[in-house]
Amino acid sequence: MKTENIIGASVPRKEGRDKVTGRSQYIDDMTLPGMIYGATVRSTIPRGKIRNITFGPEVEWKEFVVVSAKDIPGKNCVALISDDQPCLADDVVNHPEEPILLLAHPNRHVLRKAVEAVSIEYDPLPALFTLEESEQPKQIIWGTDNVFKHYLIEKGDVDTVWSNADYIVEGEYTTGAQEQLYIENNGVIASFDPANGITLWGSLQCPYYVHKALMKLFHLPEDKVRVVQTETGGAFGGKEEYPSMIAGHAALLAMKSGKPVKIIYDRMEDMTATTKRHPSRTRHRTAVDRNGKILGGEIDFAVDGGAYTTLSSVVLSRATIHAGGPYYWPHVRIRAKAVATNAPPHGAFRGFGAPQSLFALERHMDRIAATVGISPIEIRRRNFLKTGQATTTDQIIHEPIDLDQLLERGLTLADYREKKERFRAENESVTHKKGIGIATFLHGAGFTGSGERYLASIVGLEGLADGRIRVLVSSTEFGQGTKTVLSQIAAEALGLPYDDVEVAQADTERVPNSGPTVASRTIMVVGKLVHSAAHGIQQTLVTAGYLRDGYTQEEFREACAKYVAERGELKSWARYEAPPNIFWDDEKYRGEAYAAYAWAVYIAEVTVDLTTYGVTVDDFVALQEVGRVLHPVLARGQITGGVAQGIGFALYEKVIWQNGRMLNGQMTNYIMPTSADLPPIRVYFEELGNVHGAYGAKGIGELPMDGPAPAIINAVADALGTPFDSIPLLPEDIFEAMSSRSERQTSRPPQGVR
Amino acid sequence: MTAPRARSDISFTVNGEARTVSAQPMERLLDVLRNHLGLTGAKEGCGEGECGSCSVLMDGALVNSCLVPVLQAQGANLITIEGVAQKDQLRPLQQAFLDCGGAQCGICTPGFIMATCHLLSKKPQPTLEEIREGLSGNLCRCTGYAQILEAVQEAAARESAR
Amino acid sequence: MRSDPNDYELVAPGNLSAVVSLLADQPGSWLPIAGGTDVMVQYAAGKLTARKMVSLWNLPELRQIEVADSELNIGATCTYSQIRNHEVVKKEFPLLASAASWTGGIANQNRGTLGGNIVNASPAADSLPALLVYEAELMLVSVRGERRVPYVDFHTGYKKTLLAPDELIRAICLPRRTSGYVSYSRKVGARNAQAISKVCLAALGQLSNGKVNDVRIAAGSVAPVPLRLSETEGVVKGNTIDSALIQHAKKAAAGEIRPIDDIRSTAAYRSAVLGNLVMEFLQKLATGGQSA
Repeated sequence: MKTENIIGASVPRKEGRDKVTGRSQYIDDMTLPGMIYGATVRSTIPRGKIRNITFGPEVEWKEFVVVSAKDIPGKNCVALISDDQPCLADDVVNHPEEPILLLAHPNRHVLRKAVEAVSIEYDPLPALFTLEESEQPKQIIWGTDNVFKHYLIEKGDVDTVWSNADYIVEGEYTTGAQEQLYIENNGVIASFDPANGITLWGSLQCPYYVHKALMKLFHLPEDKVRVVQTETGGAFGGKEEYPSMIAGHAALLAMKSGKPVKIIYDRMEDMTATTKRHPSRTRHRTAVDRNGKILGGEIDFAVDGGAYTTLSSVVLSRATIHAGGPYYWPHVRIRAKAVATNAPPHGAFRGFGAPQSLFALERHMDRIAATVGISPIEIRRRNFLKTGQATTTDQIIHEPIDLDQLLERGLTLADYREKKERFRAENESVTHKKGIGIATFLHGAGFTGSGERYLASIVGLEGLADGRIRVLVSSTEFGQGTKTVLSQIAAEALGLPYDDVEVAQADTERVPNSGPTVASRTIMVVGKLVHSAAHGIQQTLVTAGYLRDGYTQEEFREACAKYVAERGELKSWARYEAPPNIFWDDEKYRGEAYAAYAWAVYIAEVTVDLTTYGVTVDDFVALQEVGRVLHPVLARGQITGGVAQGIGFALYEKVIWQNGRMLNGQMTNYIMPTSADLPPIRVYFEELGNVHGAYGAKGIGELPMDGPAPAIINAVADALGTPFDSIPLLPEDIFEAMSSRSERQTSRPPQGVR
Repeated sequence: MTAPRARSDISFTVNGEARTVSAQPMERLLDVLRNHLGLTGAKEGCGEGECGSCSVLMDGALVNSCLVPVLQAQGANLITIEGVAQKDQLRPLQQAFLDCGGAQCGICTPGFIMATCHLLSKKPQPTLEEIREGLSGNLCRCTGYAQILEAVQEAAARESAR
Repeated sequence: MRSDPNDYELVAPGNLSAVVSLLADQPGSWLPIAGGTDVMVQYAAGKLTARKMVSLWNLPELRQIEVADSELNIGATCTYSQIRNHEVVKKEFPLLASAASWTGGIANQNRGTLGGNIVNASPAADSLPALLVYEAELMLVSVRGERRVPYVDFHTGYKKTLLAPDELIRAICLPRRTSGYVSYSRKVGARNAQAISKVCLAALGQLSNGKVNDVRIAAGSVAPVPLRLSETEGVVKGNTIDSALIQHAKKAAAGEIRPIDDIRSTAAYRSAVLGNLVMEFLQKLATGGQSA
């Protein structure tokens, strides 16, 4: 039995050397011969009819290529789930910054001036900007009722719990939009020729999503569209679906101009025009017994999807399934909806609905604890799911997860009990109030329910002429370590050195569709297929007599090289097969929602400075059970990066809206934490394994996004003795709350006076 | 339309080599490095001097090249990320970034490496606080800074052992 | 990048006399640019209205810090890095040193200049309250020669100064009279680094026999200009610092500022926090500078 020596080791990042020497080629580093530049003319109003377009006289328009909706050869849509989002607005616009026209020119600066020189007159229509306005509905702006999607999850019979309840606890929790803020803005280069069709290079997560969208936009068959991912400078979901839009734009200009076209957004355009995390509102109503045990509850969850469907139904799905968290709900009714407003469509961002519903839940657990008079520790311990119990979707937890023990370990690591006591004693007389807060949660990896079966991912492994191995996947690297870990898996599976394995560039002409690089599925699901394909290569060589069992690395290289020399090609494919006995009902939203859950306990220690009302996170413990850690440095990097984004979500990152437009679309005014703002983030792992994941791994990319905000806000509430139920929580909000609290206190009539 | 304005010859040293470009004085140094000289290691992340992805060393000082009009680089000694490694030999600080997980997506990495070069040139044995301050003008969205700070601490140790 | 370099002119005559002549030839036509940390941001955003610029970067006459017996002269294009690392600044003008260290990150401190910041005249600029409490004077220069103006008179309204169209700041002069004072400054921004201030305070004070002998308080981001809080000073001066005085001072401060709601913060927050900063300063002054 060979022990693993590549899996579990922090091997060098495959593309790391190029990254530290500035050699990596991101899309704006690339040029093609004859390439020109493209830019987008966008709506300045939130909703209305386009009445007139004027091209200013100061520009030499004959130097420009101009594209409108009329130039679209196929269907004017950005194909995704529903086809309601146009690639270019034709006669109506439904959000500020909606693309209307495209311009191209050889000079980037002249191009910019031309964009400013296009004047568009509109007949404005009434527009909606909030969830509340949409659900009234103040106006119908989408479909028949403004609702993109709704879900209903019912377990047991919640109507029976209220009469037995010792307490009924209600709360409403809201989260704001959040910008992904990858440091590399969206960008693509497209080329077109009538014989070969479209080639598109770009900063993107899902080459096959873009491929599908371009096929539909241009009415081209699959072999006439080629999409290639270039080195991508951060994504976090912001380049999951959005690139299909910018790709369509560049390809249209390339088609009309006959030249390669590069479109790169600047920061303001990227922030104001592309997707953000869905703003949310959760209403909890929970029946609890005198010991704090949940008898049942109702959860109403809603997200603002912006102007078009895009991915709202899927974000909603994940949020809904995670809304009950890691607790046992004997009875529950979860109603969820995604509604339309006249903002640029919201989209994928790490966590994908779960950070929203889990924020609400974890704040609510602390509220229940306070109502019942027990601690935040006890409320959780008394309600944790245990092995053998069912989640809100009736999924039985089979693995031996002991959340009690996990929580206890987290509390010890964070010194929780000692600190809570000390803070309570010391807070009496200081201007710096300290608090400590807990969040316990889970995150399901892979696509929901039947999603992975529907994706039917395919992975290939190729033996090369020199005896090395190449992994063929559409999974993309954008910092999380895809290339590194998939290489580890293949190398380990084949018993080869790590350096003998590479991952092909994600090019739809060269790699199969192994599904999108989202949903924390890459290592778990795609990695497992890489593992299978590796065994497939091994099988092929052994069966064909080129290799014996128990081969050496040298023998493998020789066998592979020989096979390729003699037979021309050595390839092995693996296709996803849903595990048997996995049951999911799409109608009732019931069954095994995810093949695996990772579990976590996050604890935040904060100081609130009452001079400035500012919150500092002083210490952060991130403890999670993740199946198996395949690469310690990369795994830790995922957690620290996700926690940092979660801290931003909680305390810093506010989108300021005005009539559907983001006002603070610059890095100066959209505040993400710097190195001077973050505490040491202490990361710990536990490993229970996972039969559904490569080498026992579970997905972890999104997990760290779910816990920080509720842990921090719970800590702030602990510090100040005031609940806060809305994020981002800015010093101005704390000031408001403290002022109105003290106003209420001073305005209370003195004893005995009426 | 405005007639093209005359370009000037602007000379400076880049990564030890004397270079002259023909550029308009208000072209940004960032764009001149990337487009005239093919040195694409410096990146535009924000265009407003907030993210530090465009950082280079100008006469030994860390600057955001997106905020420098190229005329003001006349006669300057410039070092970009491409000038950090010697031929194909990584500097210890680059290797430290690799070993500690300091680079994830890599887009901010050239800027952080320039900031680290600058910091270590002023403070070869920086404290953690000095590291935080020295890097506070560089934004990273992937790492949460943890492994970058460790990489710089490791870099300081390795560079001084050199 | 939303501007076309083709539309702009930038010249670098290389010495102060040539620059000043150019400004005199075409008053108001040339915008002086030093380190560019404000001008280039506007330029990249497509918001720079000036089309002709004259570079002050590296002009030897403006880059020196001169130590005289009675004052420190900081050349207008000294960078924040130069300023914060200068021995006399650190020792005798600590409020300016700390403000310099708060002005953007290191890269921006290596290019941003004190003169440039003053002329840009943002009420949020970190150094300006320190200059007010140190009672700085500005040396201005034009073809007509030099003149000195008290810095407190320099800002005449929001982003307006009393510079003549052909005039430059040559140096910022700080009288070396405040070494023995208790000093306090604090900047409140949206994060710990690289943040535009929401409110900031710089203050100096001196006690004599338990009473406030001299006090100078200035605030940023609470009015159209950086503001010396003279009414608040009037309330404090000559008195013993106790909690009643502190409340009185907070009230005076709230009364003399004009904060606004903007993209960064609210008037109510700014007002409340400013009052807290005044309180923090007075508490520090009361202990003779012992507390933080």
